[in-house]
Amino acid sequence: MTSFPLPPVDRRTVLAGATAAATAYSTGLSAAGLASGADEQTVTLRVNGQTHALKLEERTTLLDALREHIGLTGTKKGCDHGQCGACTVIVNGRRINSCLTLALMHEGDAVTTIEGLAGRDGQHPMQAAFVKHDAFQCGYCTSGQICSSVAMLDEIKAGIPSHVTEDLNAEPKRTPEEVRERMSGNICRCGAYSNILDAINEVSGAV
Amino acid sequence: MRAFKYSRAASLKDAAARLAETPNAKLIAGGTNLLDLMKLQIETPEALIDVNGLPLDQIEVTQEGGLRVGALVRNTDLAADVRVRRDYPVLSRAILAGASQQLRNRATTAGNLLQRTRCPYFYDTDQPCNKRKPGSGCSAIGGYSRGLAVIGASESCIATYPGDMAVALRVLDATVQISDADGETRDLALADFHRLPGDAPQVENDLEKGEIITSVTLPKPVASRQIYRKIRDRASYAFALVSVAAVIGKDFARFAIGGVAPKPWRSETAERELPQQGVARFSQALFADATPTRENRFKIVLAERVLQSTWTENRG
Repeated sequence: MTSFPLPPVDRRTVLAGATAAATAYSTGLSAAGLASGADEQTVTLRVNGQTHALKLEERTTLLDALREHIGLTGTKKGCDHGQCGACTVIVNGRRINSCLTLALMHEGDAVTTIEGLAGRDGQHPMQAAFVKHDAFQCGYCTSGQICSSVAMLDEIKAGIPSHVTEDLNAEPKRTPEEVRERMSGNICRCGAYSNILDAINEVSGAV
Repeated sequence: MRAFKYSRAASLKDAAARLAETPNAKLIAGGTNLLDLMKLQIETPEALIDVNGLPLDQIEVTQEGGLRVGALVRNTDLAADVRVRRDYPVLSRAILAGASQQLRNRATTAGNLLQRTRCPYFYDTDQPCNKRKPGSGCSAIGGYSRGLAVIGASESCIATYPGDMAVALRVLDATVQISDADGETRDLALADFHRLPGDAPQVENDLEKGEIITSVTLPKPVASRQIYRKIRDRASYAFALVSVAAVIGKDFARFAIGGVAPKPWRSETAERELPQQGVARFSQALFADATPTRENRFKIVLAERVLQSTWTENRG
């Protein structure tokens, strides 16, 4: 029996390689002027505490800049139209759909993605709670769910009301009902919602 | 998405001048509706002028005791403003009933007013649509029309205005401040801002080329109960089938209806007769010129019921 020595490889290495290839390919196209004749501009983004000076086609979304140019593939492209929430990242403290904003619109902005949520090691408490409560099946929506839920709890803390907040003039509460409403911009096609709620409620200390 | 020229506006005047001079240019603020449509090549601007750096993001008290809301105030911040929550709760409620929190964090006051009036056939680029391609026909008439307009529509378009914020602004008698490249300004009642489709459904509002919304002003608050009720197919993140924005005071009641027309729907004449005539007559008057389809005539009944319960539960 012949054994084939394989280089050590994991999913991240494969993805990073694919991203590099895709970037080289698209850069080659635009350098030759074949893609669209689209012009490029420079922008500086602060992503997870690191500064990235990028030269991008003007139409590049923040999502594509993160995934294809910086190589942070943790943020996912689901619908690419702001309906599913898979691309949710935190920009200057607020969660947004990174697919519906241009990278050039974020000069100097601080972006936090799933890769930067915890420090260099370990997990953010929300990540740990998602694992503990099995709050995913396929996992595709998970980075968006986690970024969204972390920023969502900050919104409640900041007193931002929601559609289900009973008294507009009182501080909103961390109830499961509030969490459900506030997470409606994140879709899970596997239907892991009840476990996602359990994970978020544990971190929020829901009342 | 088609390629375009991107630039940042240095000032309001700069933005207005570039908007007036550049062919097929558009402003971008939140971009949540515009980029969505650009990805489908329904919108194909040749230039985008980014106005996010302009100092139009404040909410200020006016001399008259109302509030002036800057064009770039984000929907989240407008809904959460303590003065809005206290004095104009119908506005907070309407904003919070719309979109998702991610979208509200980006969407701006002016951008919300400028979101396209749209229907499923507007989004389906394989189908004729007079709004997307003037003169090509309307696929919604005779098509799937459950969510579409029952009143104010025309033979060229039956799309519904999808927003919630403007329905509240309509019932609050808000005005829109507009500025052009020469620095000329004008005030427009929100009632006159959105246009009915007629035979030009591609023109959705009264803005002229080069004009920019700078703020929206709310008049002095009135002692009232304020309610926003939104009926939709799911509990969150869906357009209204019918929504009712209500401001009910001691001797007056104002109602604006969303989800039924190409703009927020209101009749001040009918409101004056409401206390004597009752809600059934009021609703009849409001929908007197309705032209529903078989699929959406339920909206008229639904609107009357929501009006009835809102009135009964909140009158004096």
